[in-house]
Amino acid sequence: MSTSSLTAPPIASPHAHGGNSVTLTMFRVQLALLPATLFGFWLFGWPSVFLFLLTVLSCLGFEALSLKLMGRQRFKGTLFDGSAMLTGWLLAMTLPPWAPWWVAVLGGFIAIVIGKQVFGGVGQNVFNPAMVARVALLISFPVPLTQWVFPLPLTSLAAPDFIDGLRIFLTSLPLPDAMASASLLGFSKTEMSRGIDLLHSLAGAQAPALSWLGTRAGSFGESASLLILGGGLYLLARGVITWHTPLAVLAGLAIPAAIGHAVDPGHYLSVSAHLLSGAAMLGAFFIATDYVTSPNTGAGQIVFGLGVGLLTWVIRTWGAYPEGMAFAVLLMNAMTPVIDRFVKPRILGRDRKGKPLSIPEKKGA
Amino acid sequence: MGFMNLFKHFLGKDWGVHPADHKRPASDVPTRKLPIPPRLHLMLSQHVGAPSRPIVLVGEKVRKGQLIAAAQGNISAPLHASTSGTISAIGEITAPHASGLPGMAISIDSDGEDAWIETEVITDPFSLSPEDIAKRVAAAGVVGLGGATFPSSVKLNLGRRSKIDTLIMNGSECEPYLSCDDRLMRDRAADIVTGIRLMLISTGAGEAKVGIEDNKPEAIAAMREAAARFDNVTIFPVPARYPMGSDRQLIVELTGREVPSDARAADVGVIVHNVGTAYAVQQAVCLGRPLLSRVMTLNGGVAATPGNYEVPLGTLISDLVAFTGGTTGEVAKLVMGGPMMGTILPHMRVPVIKGTSGILLLDANEAAGGEVEDCIRCGSCVKACPMGLLPLEMSARIRNDEMDAAADLGLADCIACGCCAYVCPSHIPLVQYFYHAKGDLYARERNKLRTEATKKMALQRQERLDREQREKVEAAAKRKAERAAAAAAAAAAEAAKQGESA
Repeated sequence: MSTSSLTAPPIASPHAHGGNSVTLTMFRVQLALLPATLFGFWLFGWPSVFLFLLTVLSCLGFEALSLKLMGRQRFKGTLFDGSAMLTGWLLAMTLPPWAPWWVAVLGGFIAIVIGKQVFGGVGQNVFNPAMVARVALLISFPVPLTQWVFPLPLTSLAAPDFIDGLRIFLTSLPLPDAMASASLLGFSKTEMSRGIDLLHSLAGAQAPALSWLGTRAGSFGESASLLILGGGLYLLARGVITWHTPLAVLAGLAIPAAIGHAVDPGHYLSVSAHLLSGAAMLGAFFIATDYVTSPNTGAGQIVFGLGVGLLTWVIRTWGAYPEGMAFAVLLMNAMTPVIDRFVKPRILGRDRKGKPLSIPEKKGA
Repeated sequence: MGFMNLFKHFLGKDWGVHPADHKRPASDVPTRKLPIPPRLHLMLSQHVGAPSRPIVLVGEKVRKGQLIAAAQGNISAPLHASTSGTISAIGEITAPHASGLPGMAISIDSDGEDAWIETEVITDPFSLSPEDIAKRVAAAGVVGLGGATFPSSVKLNLGRRSKIDTLIMNGSECEPYLSCDDRLMRDRAADIVTGIRLMLISTGAGEAKVGIEDNKPEAIAAMREAAARFDNVTIFPVPARYPMGSDRQLIVELTGREVPSDARAADVGVIVHNVGTAYAVQQAVCLGRPLLSRVMTLNGGVAATPGNYEVPLGTLISDLVAFTGGTTGEVAKLVMGGPMMGTILPHMRVPVIKGTSGILLLDANEAAGGEVEDCIRCGSCVKACPMGLLPLEMSARIRNDEMDAAADLGLADCIACGCCAYVCPSHIPLVQYFYHAKGDLYARERNKLRTEATKKMALQRQERLDREQREKVEAAAKRKAERAAAAAAAAAAEAAKQGESA
């Protein structure tokens, strides 16, 4: 076979294009993340700014290095298509806001080199790179990866200034107790393991509040659930994502949570606690919707999303880790090829199995 | 977009794309007539099927409407002189195809008089028999003017034979830039409706449904008015969406019927014709006029006078462009047809044929392709595909040279509408991939047939050799036996003789 007609400049129709591009898509996703990111900066101060910048930079750095080593033809275009930057951005949002510098660099390495480039680069990876990095870091370095801080808004007196922020970021000193906190999911898990049920522990004075605005302990970009939801709705309106995945993820999480909470409120967190905590919103709108690692049909995305939501709830409820979204996404990523194999659109003029429809009997024929 | 469409859009069930249509201002100007250029080149292959066979000689004088090439075979169409003049050449000219390869054409030098042959005008065309209507359509060389150029009379006869109940008229013209059908419906609605009624008689269908995209309100109004007196012709506005003009999609939209993948429209009781064809049918049947010209759109960023023109067949595009005031800049891409499914032309010395719905002079901006990037599996192509295919999966297989796997995914069902490539953020030339794979599979199939034929011939030869050998042996044995018998007889005779003498 000659491949010349595949490599030659395209002459076949169409001679028009809708104007969408990879860069534009990635830019829109980043625009949607911006409000929650800026809010995160304000909430957690300079250390979070440094963490964010270094994570994004290291992702770009490792992407450049990989492309160079592999001798890829299209170097600049691929490096700056926004995909590596988005991976870094998403990873930063799932990290504790005061995580030390080496977490950012190591995270960038795992995400780009191990999560993406070893599979063949953009579009080829099986697992979501940001989630691969997040889970690898969490398992390898559980302590720095679960050190949450109370929100110290930039405007407050206690917030570290630029220099202090840099010191916190670079020296990786353990957090002073006064600043450390637990996330809601972490707190309830610990209390449960101590035999204190939710009715008592959440009513206790030290319970981290379930804040609608995100002014509570948690990962840098995950807390502001409503801002993330807003960004997600922007992506929906722009047509970057469809409703299938986010709705299925939220439903997969909310339905079992509602049933559990109704049966035994002492042992199962409420729906709102689940939806507004941890990475629920970020996962539903920005991570489970990752093009590369999720099914590409609407029906497949519903199956995928329900799986992610359900697994998240199961891990949060019974698993060893308080937060389950990253694990759930990775598990369902592995299922994506299977879902794509079995859930296919029906071809016009054929039945679901691909057999041509039978010719209808004609009246009077 | 109506409520239901919004709903469908939300559910992700709206196939196809909504390209910016660029139809205005060209569609707002009434159709203008192009003067007869000094020389016309009529391609012998302007239709699907066997090319027509010239019946004139170089130097012969012809009149407008005179038959110059006859239909050849069951699926073919005759060709008529589109003006009066002298046959100046019968030879090769660049065919309207991206390859730039030549095709056979009859060239006519116009004498400027544009003198008609005598035509037979019929006063009561509706009294004609279905067969006679089809015959007159065939004699006029009418082919599908939507772009597929299938000889119309064949389709009319086929409709009658396979008992169709609905005639679908395609007035949706979903390709961006094109507005020739729109303009024709606005300007000549009554003639189109007459053509539709003749086609109803000829096909034996009970009713005609005319699908017009809802972005052509003037055409809908004009056609409604023209069809108001006829119960069996109904105008249906359909959502403006590409590719609404594809027959399978339009049939679903207008009748709810789905054409099985391996069947034809007639198998579900419908037949689809273009509204432009209906006009040509009216001209042919009522006025006895062969198909000599067509309304087509000239459009694009650098077209000096965008609009719709009635152009004599065989006019060179360079003449058309010159007559309309040339270009306002450099033509980055010359396209025949619409931007979604049209063909690139190598240069402008290419003649207009029956299927030419438009000529687009695209500027650099409109023609910009964008750099091809890796597939990010975004699934835009899956959502856009009007056939329910998985373009990204098929292209991945084709890239790996797994043509059979691509075929299993439904490659044969691809209608090459280009929706997938239009929405692809990575600018992957998906349609080119599919053309390539289809060509490859076709070549493979042919190779297989050839190998089988060769094998069969070798087998037959062996059989023949065996048989000859056997026959030879048998013949030898027979001769031997005969000789033996003769010898025995001779011996017996000898013995008898000896006995006698003894």
